[in-house]
Amino acid sequence: MLVSLRDVHKSYSEAAGRTAILCGVDMDLAAGETLALTGESGSGKSTLLHLIGGLDSADSGQVILDGQALSALDDAALAGLRRTTVGVVFQQFNLIPSLNVADNLAFQARLSGRHDARRIADLAQRMGLEPHLRKYPEALSGGQQQRVAIARVLATAPKLVLADEPTGNLDEASAAVVLDLLLELVGETDAALLMVTHSAQLAARMERRLNLQAGRLA
Amino acid sequence: MTGPVLWALMGHWRRNPLQLFTVLAGLALATALWSGVQAINAEARASYRLAADILGSADRAQITARVGGSVSVADYVALRRGGWRVSPVLEGRYDGIRILGIDPLTVPRGGGGLPEFNRTDIGAFLTAPGLILGRAEVLDRLRGRTLAGFETRPLLAPNTAVMDIAVAQELLEVDAGLTRLMVDPQQPLVQVSLAQIAPHLQLTPPEAGADVARLTGSFHLNLTAFGLLAFAVGIFVVHGAIGLAFEQRRGMIRTLRALGVPLGQLVVVQTLELLCLALIAGAVGMCGGYLMAAALLPDVAATLRGLYGADVSGSLHLRPVWWLSGFAIALLGTGLAAAAGLWQVLRMPLLAAARSRAWALASRRAARWQAGAALALLALAAVLTGFGTGLMAGFVLLAALLVGAALALPLALDQTLALLAGRAKTATVAWFWADTRQQVPGLSLALMALLLAMATNIGVSTMVSSFRQTFVGFLDQRLAAELYVSAQNAGQAADLQRFLEGRVDAVLPVQSVSRPLMGVPVAIYGNRPHATYRDNWQFLQAVPDVWQRVAEGKALIVNEQLFRRAGLQLGQKLAIGPDQSLGSSLEIAGIYGDYGNPVGQVVITEDLFKQLYPEVVAQRFGLRLDPSQVSILRGDLMKRFDLSESNVIDQAQIKALSLAVFERTFTVTAALNVLTLALAGFAILMSLLTLAGLRLPQLAPVWALGVTRARLAGFEVLRAVILAAFTSLMALGLGLLLAWVLLAVINVEAFGWRLPMDVFPAQYARLGALALMAALLAALWPAWRLVRRSPADLLQVFSNER
Repeated sequence: MLVSLRDVHKSYSEAAGRTAILCGVDMDLAAGETLALTGESGSGKSTLLHLIGGLDSADSGQVILDGQALSALDDAALAGLRRTTVGVVFQQFNLIPSLNVADNLAFQARLSGRHDARRIADLAQRMGLEPHLRKYPEALSGGQQQRVAIARVLATAPKLVLADEPTGNLDEASAAVVLDLLLELVGETDAALLMVTHSAQLAARMERRLNLQAGRLA
Repeated sequence: MTGPVLWALMGHWRRNPLQLFTVLAGLALATALWSGVQAINAEARASYRLAADILGSADRAQITARVGGSVSVADYVALRRGGWRVSPVLEGRYDGIRILGIDPLTVPRGGGGLPEFNRTDIGAFLTAPGLILGRAEVLDRLRGRTLAGFETRPLLAPNTAVMDIAVAQELLEVDAGLTRLMVDPQQPLVQVSLAQIAPHLQLTPPEAGADVARLTGSFHLNLTAFGLLAFAVGIFVVHGAIGLAFEQRRGMIRTLRALGVPLGQLVVVQTLELLCLALIAGAVGMCGGYLMAAALLPDVAATLRGLYGADVSGSLHLRPVWWLSGFAIALLGTGLAAAAGLWQVLRMPLLAAARSRAWALASRRAARWQAGAALALLALAAVLTGFGTGLMAGFVLLAALLVGAALALPLALDQTLALLAGRAKTATVAWFWADTRQQVPGLSLALMALLLAMATNIGVSTMVSSFRQTFVGFLDQRLAAELYVSAQNAGQAADLQRFLEGRVDAVLPVQSVSRPLMGVPVAIYGNRPHATYRDNWQFLQAVPDVWQRVAEGKALIVNEQLFRRAGLQLGQKLAIGPDQSLGSSLEIAGIYGDYGNPVGQVVITEDLFKQLYPEVVAQRFGLRLDPSQVSILRGDLMKRFDLSESNVIDQAQIKALSLAVFERTFTVTAALNVLTLALAGFAILMSLLTLAGLRLPQLAPVWALGVTRARLAGFEVLRAVILAAFTSLMALGLGLLLAWVLLAVINVEAFGWRLPMDVFPAQYARLGALALMAALLAALWPAWRLVRRSPADLLQVFSNER
C-alpha cells in the first residue's frame, strides 16, 4: 500500500476545550488509485489530508506513507517527503506571488532535483499556460492559477497527489477543465490521487469514494 | 535547493522595490550616521595618541619647573653632569601650530613618536638654517616664515612641527629656557638626586599630567550617544519595512514549507538574504559615513582645539577596524530589525501560516507588553532623576526617557483617538477617527522615529541656545577689559607696566600657576583687587562681602567645575600654597560660572599670589581704558614694543574668536540633528507610501458606500497631518524634558558646570511647522494616486475571481 492509516486520532484545543476531529480512522490507498474523500464541513477531511501529506501530525495512531511511519520522521525528513513523494494541490492555489508562472511551474521540480525543462514545457502547453508564462499569479484567473498549481505538483512526478477541494474556488466550466487535466495527468504518471471534495459529481469520477462523518469513515 | 528558495524570497523584493529601497536606505543611513561618528572619534583618538606619543608625558617621565616657568639650560647641563639622561624640549604655539624643539642626539631611544632620523637628516636638522619636519599641511602654513628647510613626514602627529631647539627659539621668539626635560627610561644606577642638583625642578611620572584623551572623553561620549540615537531612528525605519516584508511573505513561507522546504533551511536562507541586504546597505552606509565624517571633521578638529587645546587631524584616514565595525553595526541593525520576524517564522506552525493577519496589527498582548515596558522605562527614568549619579547614569536616564516615551506614543494615540471616535457627531467623522486608530499600528514605528528625532532636536537646540545665551553673557562679564596685551618676556612685561602708568585707567595682570588640588588639576589665578571684578563677575553662590574678603587675603573663590568635582562647600577652608600650608586658612567665599573651561580654577588676591609664588611673573594684562582710545593705544603698543597683532587683542576680537569657537563646537551636533530629523521624515514618507498599497481593501467599501475618491484622499492627508501634530506635541514635552536632563544632569557630569535653561518658542514652532509640512508632503503622493485610481481597481477588492 502507498498509504495506510491505522486508528488515527486528531483533536484541536479550543477555548471550550479539546475538539475531536478524527476518531480512529483506518484507511488504505494503493499506488495509482484515485480516491474521493467526501463529508460535511468540519468532518475532518482536510485534517486527514494534512496528516497524510506530513503537514500536520496525528495525536495517536499510525500514518504510513510509502513504507515510512510519518510519526518517526523529523521536520527535515517530512519536508523531503513532500518534495519528492507527495504533491499537494490547495483550494487557495498557493502560488508564490514573487515568481512568474514559468518559475512557479519549475519551482518544486527544482527543489526536488527533478527539473526537466521539456516536461514542464509539455505541461504548460497541455494546461494552456503558454501565453501566460511571463505573467505573475495575480494577473491570472482562478482557473488559470489552479492549473499552474496542478502542473507545479505534477512536474515532480510524485507518487501521491493530495488535492484539497481543487475546484472549490472555480466556476463549473473551469472546474470541469481542471479536473479533466488532473485525472489525465495523474493517470499518465501512475500517481495515486486523494481528492477532498464536497461535490458528489466530482467524487463519482474517482475509482473509490470514502465518506467521513464526525471524524469517522462511514 | 537553496538557490530556488532564495530566488523565490528575493522575488518579494523584486516585486516590492519601494520596500527594498526603504530597507536599504534606512539601514544605509543608520550605518552612515553611526560609522561617520565613529570615524570622527577614531580619527580624534588616533591624533591624541600621536600627540601624546611624540615627546609627550604618556609613557615617559618629565622634569619641569616646580611653579611654572621654564627650565634653564644651566639646569639641563647640571643634570647631565649629575648622571641624568635627559633630553631638552622647547614647546610652544606658533600660529596655532604645536612647535616642538628637540635635540635629536639626546632624544631617548624609541624616538618618543618622533620620525626616524638618518645621518643626512641629522646633519640638515642641526646645521643652519635647520630642517622642519611635519605633515604637508603644517609645513605649508610655515612656508615663508622661516629660512629653515622642510621635509614632509605624513605619520607625524597632526598640527605639529618638529625642529632643532635653536630653530624653535627663533620661531617662538624665545631667548632662552626650555619647556621641560624628557627623562630616558634607561637611567644609570648612580646619579645625583634631583633635589640636590635643582630643587626648584620636579619629576613628573608618566601619565601624571593632564591627559587630552581623558579631558575629551565626555565630548566623544556625547557624539557617540548622538550617533547611537540616529542609528536607533534608522533601525526604526528598517524594522518597519522588514516587519512588513515578513508579514506579507507569511503565505509564501507556508507554501514553501508545504512544497517541502525544511523550516531550518528557510530560516538559514532568510538569514542569508538579510545578510546580503546588510552587506549592501552597510557598504553604501560606510561610504556615506566616510563622506559625512570627512565633511564634519574640520569642525570637530576646530572644536577640540578650541575647547581642549587638542590637535586633531583635519583629514580622515581609513582604518580596517572602522570598516569592520561599520559592517558589524549594519549586521547588528539588520539583526535587531529582523529578529522578531525570524522568531515568528521559527515558531509558526506550518498550517497556522495560512491564517493571515493585518500587518503589525497590535494584539492585545503586544499592546499590554508595550505599555508595561513604557511604564517601566519611565519609572526607571524617574528613579534615576532622583538617585542616579555619574555620566553613565545620565545617559541611561536619557535612553530610558526617550525609549519609554516612544513606546508610550502609540498607546497615547490609541486612547486619544478612541476618545475622539466616541464623541464624533457624524458617521463619516466617526469612521475617520476609527480608521485613523486602525492605521496607528502600521504607522507607529515611523511616528516613534519622528518623536525621537523631534524631541532630540528640541532638547539639543534648547541646550545649545541656552548655552549660547549664557555664554554670551558670561563673555561680557569675564572679558570686561577693553584691551589684552601679552609681553614676550618678563623684562618686557615690566617695561609695559611702566609705560602704561597714567595711560590707562587700570592694568589687571593675568597670572596663574597650574597645581593639582584635591586630586584635580587646577589653575590658580592672582587677581588685582579692582572694581572690574566686583561690577562684572556674577556668582552662583557667594558670601555677602566676597570681593572684600578676597582682597584682604582671607578668602578665595573657585569656579563651578572645581566646586563640583572636588565636592566643595561654600565657607569650607582650602589649602593652596606650594606646600599647601600657607593658604590653609583661606575659606571659599564664592563660586563662579566658568563656561567652556574644562579645568578647575581658584582666584586669590594678587598680593597673596606673589607671596605664594614669587617666581611667577605676570606677562599678560587686561587694560581698562576709554573705549575710544583702544585702537590708538593698540597701535602704540605694537610699535613701541614690537608686538605682533596676536599679542595685543581688543575685547571685541576675543569675543568674536570665542563665539566662533562656540559656534563651531555645535556644528557637528547641528548636522547630526538635521540628519536624524531627515531620517525621521524619510520614515514617515516610506511608511505612508507602503501603507497606501495596503489601504485599498479598507477604502474600497467606504468608496462603494458613497464617499468620493477625492474626499477619501483628503482624509488620508488630514490623517497624516493630525498624527504628525499629535507626535509634535508629545515631542515638545519630551524635548523640554530632554533639554533639562542635558543641562542639569549630563552637562554637570560631563563638563562640571550647570547652565540655566531658557525656552525658545519660535524655534519650536518652526520645527513643528516643518514636521507638519513633511507629513503633508509625504501624504500627498499616496493621496494623489488614490484620486487617480480607476473604479475597476477599487471594484477588484470585492472580487476573488477573474
